[in-house]
Amino acid sequence: MTVSTNQDAPRSLSFKEIGVAERGKKSDEVVIAISPGFGGLFTQTIVGLPHAEVIRQILAGIEEQEASARIIRVQNSSDLAYMAHTAAKLSGSGIGIGILGRGTSMIHQRDLPRLSSLELFPQCPLLTLETYRDIGSNAAQYAKGESPQPVPTLNDQMARPRWQAKAALLHLKETELVRKGVKPVEVMPEFAAATVD
Amino acid sequence: MTAEAIRQPGSDVRHSARTELLEDRPVNLDGFVEEWPEVGMVAMDSAFDPEPSVRVENGVIVEMDGVARADFDFIDQFIADKALDVETTEQSMALPADEIARMLVDPRVTRKEVIAVTGGLTPAKLLAVAKNLNIVEIMMGMQKMRARRTPANQAHCTSARDNPVQVACEAAEAAIRGFAEVETTLGVVRYAPLVAMALQIGSQVNPGGPLTQCALEEATELDLGMRGITGYAETISVYGTEPVFVDGDDTPWSKAFLAAAYASRGIKMRFTSGTGSEVQMGNAQGKSMLYLEIRCILIAKGAGVQGLQNGSISCIGVPGAVPAGIRAVAAENLIASAVDLECASGNDQSFSHSAMRRTARLMPQMMPGTDFVCSGYSAVPNYDNMFAGSNLDSDDFDDFNTIQRDLQIDGGLRHVKESDILAVRTRAGKALQAVFRYLDLPPITDAEIDAAVYANGSRELLPRDVLEDLKGAQQVMDRNVTGLDLVKALESTGFTDMAENLLVVLRQRISGDLLQTSAIMTPSLVVLSAVNDANDYAGPGTGYRPSGARWEEMKRLRHVTSASNPELEVE
Repeated sequence: MTVSTNQDAPRSLSFKEIGVAERGKKSDEVVIAISPGFGGLFTQTIVGLPHAEVIRQILAGIEEQEASARIIRVQNSSDLAYMAHTAAKLSGSGIGIGILGRGTSMIHQRDLPRLSSLELFPQCPLLTLETYRDIGSNAAQYAKGESPQPVPTLNDQMARPRWQAKAALLHLKETELVRKGVKPVEVMPEFAAATVD
Repeated sequence: MTAEAIRQPGSDVRHSARTELLEDRPVNLDGFVEEWPEVGMVAMDSAFDPEPSVRVENGVIVEMDGVARADFDFIDQFIADKALDVETTEQSMALPADEIARMLVDPRVTRKEVIAVTGGLTPAKLLAVAKNLNIVEIMMGMQKMRARRTPANQAHCTSARDNPVQVACEAAEAAIRGFAEVETTLGVVRYAPLVAMALQIGSQVNPGGPLTQCALEEATELDLGMRGITGYAETISVYGTEPVFVDGDDTPWSKAFLAAAYASRGIKMRFTSGTGSEVQMGNAQGKSMLYLEIRCILIAKGAGVQGLQNGSISCIGVPGAVPAGIRAVAAENLIASAVDLECASGNDQSFSHSAMRRTARLMPQMMPGTDFVCSGYSAVPNYDNMFAGSNLDSDDFDDFNTIQRDLQIDGGLRHVKESDILAVRTRAGKALQAVFRYLDLPPITDAEIDAAVYANGSRELLPRDVLEDLKGAQQVMDRNVTGLDLVKALESTGFTDMAENLLVVLRQRISGDLLQTSAIMTPSLVVLSAVNDANDYAGPGTGYRPSGARWEEMKRLRHVTSASNPELEVE
């Protein structure tokens, strides 16, 4: 049995591949790296937020800061730090966001060590659509050279017993999609109103 | 799924009232998953684990668990060269696994005789032994194989606001409640020097004794240890597969080097590992959780450290979600003890929404007794626990004491009357206030102490000037404040007995007594370890049993009706 958390008519999301991801030139852009299974094998985060809504909110957060955005799909790794750092290195501003299928996210900066980050959102079950909008907004502010207040995050010690093993399963499934040596591709999101099942 | 799952709008399925009630039970908030052995999502029974084998040529192990030396990964190599006793391994490996399992359980086989065998066993063989044991047999084994005769316990003393006054009070209360070690960590890492000092000072209020540690990134943790601001270290993590080790920029040799750095200064330390970490990180290489954990146990053994914190630790949600996972967790504790390591046996992370399941998870360690039943019983409310919550917290103190009394088992704690607790909390606050003043650190007001003494947690505290505190913390590092400076500060401000306590603790570094397996300090500041308190369990009527003064204090609870005057309660 699954719990639907979205009462509105859900949108479906697919990503159209444009070509190999290149280094961007816009100095205000944020590059979002999605994981191998995001909006593909998986359609929602660990707590059932539709990927379509998650991406819409991140893009809206970037847009409200009047920055520009591009999306790439990383295919050779399901490691969040690697993904976010790859996005940052391909970003004209040096700022990137990484997001895994289960929802775990990170804002990264090109010049930081890979295992460091600007902001990390490790507890995916506690991230809301509002958090994703704030992540987009903060990344855009970093891209413009500003120093925003970090996005407030929740902490719940009971998230472990409830979600840890499922998170591991989702990570394992996503890791099975990893294709060694395959370069990231730039993608365009395509939203469509889905039929209600 | 919870009740909301079966009450979806538009759902026309009719459920019984009983189903609805069961759906609402806390246990159904816990996560459970199906096994997936191919990727290691399996506790201890996997067709993909290797078969035990060993071959020695010219004093070198040339094959282990079906892998030829040329194909060893660095963990195999470290275990083969550093952990296994090459002299006895072929002889030990020749014994059938069920025979070794029976040796663990049979009280007529001594602990020493078992260790003579386990010292030569490979990871796959130790796994095969564990697979023969059910949960009661695992407990039987633990009762005999625990290194220290007297069980003990460890506390987490943390503050969601990183408030040093609270941490000092909590450490003092944890000490009087009986904890032998107290551990802290931080929300804001830069607060560490002040909070570690507070923990050290609070724990020295009479009766004194618990060793202290502050879990931080490894270099800072070592620095605080060398300065004598902390007394032991345990958050040195090892892993069971090479890729997970490499992800952390480490090898077994780099961890052994770090261990040597602590040993060089006479500082007690143990490694940390646990079932589930490799599969959690997606790199279990298709091996069961327990097999990989046994590799970690043998890395600790090979590195020469005296002990290990295991029992899944921060990954408990993973073994906890698969069949027989908690049996595997109990088995990993037993194997650590069976290869003669100190075992700080987990029960230290939030595990379940169900009080019944939390207790069941605790019993395999609490009933037989381990070196530290919890490697972090939260001595603060879980909302203040900066290790992300423990299986037990301060709300559970009275339950824990009652279980000790019901079953006459020693989990290391005791009931203490409120006036005594308030007295030690007050003294801890006053001592910290005096030391801060002496060292020109940000002032602590009497009102702050009063709030912290009577608080349950950080929600009842007076806020501190965090920016000033962080500057003070930096000064502690810049001015090279050491444990001896804390001794001087306590002595100069009239807390002479606490200064003497702390000096005795620091002096252990020179004697090296705290490097012995399972070492703790007793309330009379004597080192108790596997050397002078060796486990001598040999069946019914032998070994450690709560008796004498200890049993008398265990009989006390918050409310016990007096037999001589049933209208009163025993004080």
